[in-house]
Amino acid sequence: MLNWTNFLSQLFNGLVLGALLALISSGLTIIYGTLGVLNLAHGAMFMLGGYAGYVAFQATGSFLVAVIAATLFMLVFGVLLERLIIRYFYDRPDEDQLLVTFGLSICIVETIRYFFSSMTKMVPPPSIFSGITSFGGVMFPTYRLALIGIVAVGLLALYLILYRTRLGLIVRAGIEDAVMVDSLGINVYRVFMVVFGIGAMAAGFAGIVNAPVVSLTPGMGETILVQTFVVVVIGGVGSFPGAVLGGLIAGEIISITSMINPAYSYIMLFAAMTLVLVLRPRGLFGKKGRE
Amino acid sequence: MKTGNIFMKRRYLIEMLTAICLIAVPFVLPHIDAAPNTVNRILVWGLFGIGFDILFGYTGLLSFGQSAFYGTGGFVAAYLLTQAGFPYVILALIIGMVTAAFVGYLIGLLALRSTGIYFAMITVAIAEIFFFVEFNPLAAWTGGENGLPGVPTPTIYLGFTTIHFTGGWSLYPFLAFIYFIGIVLALRIVRSPVGAILTAIRENPLRAAAVGHNVQGYKLTAFVIAAAYAGIAGGLLGVMQAFMPPDAFMFDTSGQLVMQTAIGGRATLFGPLVGAGVWLFLQDFLQSTLGLGATWKLVLGVVFVLLVAFLRDGIIGGIRDLYGFVWSRFSSPAKTSEAVAENPAATNHEAIPMRPHHIVPTDFAGPILQVTGLTKHYGGVLANTDIDFSVNQGELRGIIGPNGAGKSTFFKMLTCEVQPSSGKIMFEGRDITGLGVTDVCQLGLTKSYQVNQLFNSLTVRQNLIISALAELRGKFRLDMLSSLSKVPGMDEHVEHTLELVNLTGRADTPVSELAYGEKRRLEVGLALASSPSLLLLDEPLAGMSPQERVETVKLLKSISRGRTMIIIDHDMDALFELAERITVLQEGRVLVEGTPDEIKGNAKVQEAYLGGVPEESKL
Repeated sequence: MLNWTNFLSQLFNGLVLGALLALISSGLTIIYGTLGVLNLAHGAMFMLGGYAGYVAFQATGSFLVAVIAATLFMLVFGVLLERLIIRYFYDRPDEDQLLVTFGLSICIVETIRYFFSSMTKMVPPPSIFSGITSFGGVMFPTYRLALIGIVAVGLLALYLILYRTRLGLIVRAGIEDAVMVDSLGINVYRVFMVVFGIGAMAAGFAGIVNAPVVSLTPGMGETILVQTFVVVVIGGVGSFPGAVLGGLIAGEIISITSMINPAYSYIMLFAAMTLVLVLRPRGLFGKKGRE
Repeated sequence: MKTGNIFMKRRYLIEMLTAICLIAVPFVLPHIDAAPNTVNRILVWGLFGIGFDILFGYTGLLSFGQSAFYGTGGFVAAYLLTQAGFPYVILALIIGMVTAAFVGYLIGLLALRSTGIYFAMITVAIAEIFFFVEFNPLAAWTGGENGLPGVPTPTIYLGFTTIHFTGGWSLYPFLAFIYFIGIVLALRIVRSPVGAILTAIRENPLRAAAVGHNVQGYKLTAFVIAAAYAGIAGGLLGVMQAFMPPDAFMFDTSGQLVMQTAIGGRATLFGPLVGAGVWLFLQDFLQSTLGLGATWKLVLGVVFVLLVAFLRDGIIGGIRDLYGFVWSRFSSPAKTSEAVAENPAATNHEAIPMRPHHIVPTDFAGPILQVTGLTKHYGGVLANTDIDFSVNQGELRGIIGPNGAGKSTFFKMLTCEVQPSSGKIMFEGRDITGLGVTDVCQLGLTKSYQVNQLFNSLTVRQNLIISALAELRGKFRLDMLSSLSKVPGMDEHVEHTLELVNLTGRADTPVSELAYGEKRRLEVGLALASSPSLLLLDEPLAGMSPQERVETVKLLKSISRGRTMIIIDHDMDALFELAERITVLQEGRVLVEGTPDEIKGNAKVQEAYLGGVPEESKL
């Protein structure tokens, strides 16, 4: 029944999924923390990053180019979206922000469906990471092993931006009190634009590096969005460490339960979220303040 | 409430118009080639949306998880009818609805622990779980991805004849009748005291709780109502299609409901029906007539984004605004200017003090408020340290102190908005330490806020009604089907408060159109309308012009008759004039207490404010 190799391999898969969720959730959580906007289009951005990478890969045949192109594309996309639409919603109630980002997610998904149809699209892993690696008797697809490293690099980059740069300092201060930051003479709205761009970029980066593992479909963002919500609720809204820890917890819960019975993976995830909500309504790393 | 105003002038007008429209539909629509199934579908979505609109439009709780209750109601009814051999369709629908409402109650207990976007995220997650549960662990009962085929249509035995509702136009009367009942009930709910309170919760949940309403209880009520409507609509979906589809549980269902409601217009009750009509028409038109195929949804998405951006209240809201605009153009403009010209401060009122509602027990003669050792620290920061404080019945006490002296924190602890780190608060001889702000208000202790906390989209009168309801009905009562105007004593209560705060001439003005000074008086009025025996006023004069200050001081004097009050303010002249005794706080401690004259001459007070003038003069 419970065989050791299988367990180890699922534990590992959980790590991969968890790291990926951590990356996507950090994007969502810093956007919310700084701008006060819950971006329901975040799942669609994850998907869009994958497709942007797919196009770049088709054109150049290079996975590296695909990753760079998709990441940059999403940065630009995020900044444009913020300038053109999102910024007009800062002063509107929460519900309007939810509605408009929800509408945007439909626009993004349906645009992709229009151009690429609902058929799945594949981006193969780069040749150096193809094949299978044996690891203490357990077989892993090499790309999945590499993915952990790739996502870790992504998370590290995000960490460095947030905690080691002037911008990051402003962002973290903005999460605490955006009005105060504004009154200190920092153009908080320009920061908002950059943060939305970075959040979109994180989701897009996750989308393309995940593409060799899961084939692309226009609707793929929805599942990820729901999982991301659970991660953010568990970790605490607006907290980067919360997103990372929450992501890993969620990833492991999904993977380990899947090994026993895939049907229950979501139920266990939900149970974990309930537990956190009952014991710590603000999440593991949640702070008082915005809610 | 917004629509309530327009329509309440003629009772049952809306109900009658709805009935007429519903009856006319099968005679009119076939001529324009409307498919009966589309019409039926619109009705089911419309019914589903009525409950959702009460939750989202009226209460301000945006749930993306209504599919959970739609599916639950649908599958319970369908299971009973197809698998369990239960023969009564209508009863099965009702059982489905009750089950959905019960599930809604349980989920609500959990989801409503959080607010705002947390709530939205949790509802999304919960709905997703229901989808998975339906597909896997419960597949034996629900048919998994196949759903439940063969749901029968209802038959009604009338003794002399039997009516079979089969499908298409023949099923329409059945659906229309249920929709009609649904809309009549919903109209009653939104016009009831509960409906008014739900609107208040949407506008300002903090204040709704502070004036004495059990916000959590009312939110849960709205959640359960929405679940019940979703449940019956889900059941009808199965009946209508003779098949209960598993995609009822999908996130897309919740999303479609949200979009339809926003398109049609939130807080209108009919919005979801209109939205569903637009949605299904657009789908048909774009898909078939224009041959766009699957791209129709992209068009819809763009339309939706534009609508949210530019027409916040949807189609019905747009029509209402247009109507209002045209109406104001045609009606004489003199009427409005006259209302503005009337100087609200001019009337010299000598209002009689309102009877404090809470009768003080005769055997209790001690101080109305007695605080011992009250301390509050935030982490290492001490806001209040070891405060002993007592106020007698009928006293008017002033509290002064430099900025950061801990005055507002002290008030927040007294009204139980903030729990003290240690110490004890006795109100009318009763220990209230650890109670909530709602309960304390119900006991007769409330405050007006330093920063206005009003129900901004409501009128002055409606604001006071919200507060009066808590006073007259208690903190939680489910009089959902009785009319707001039938609450005994409310009109007098509200009129009296209007008079006390000198806003009678502005009663039907929306808060957003009030001048600052008027808002400030309404802020005091909201506290007054709960007939407190002890009223706290946190900087009632803040930000007022000298003229307004004079008026307000006069107002406060008249309010104070027959009432105990504690006032915090920086305007010392005003406080010295008003208060019998003054307490000075400094750095979270009581510095000194005494009559205004004692305080004026006190060296410690002068030092606190002026930083040691006597010292300097010695040099």
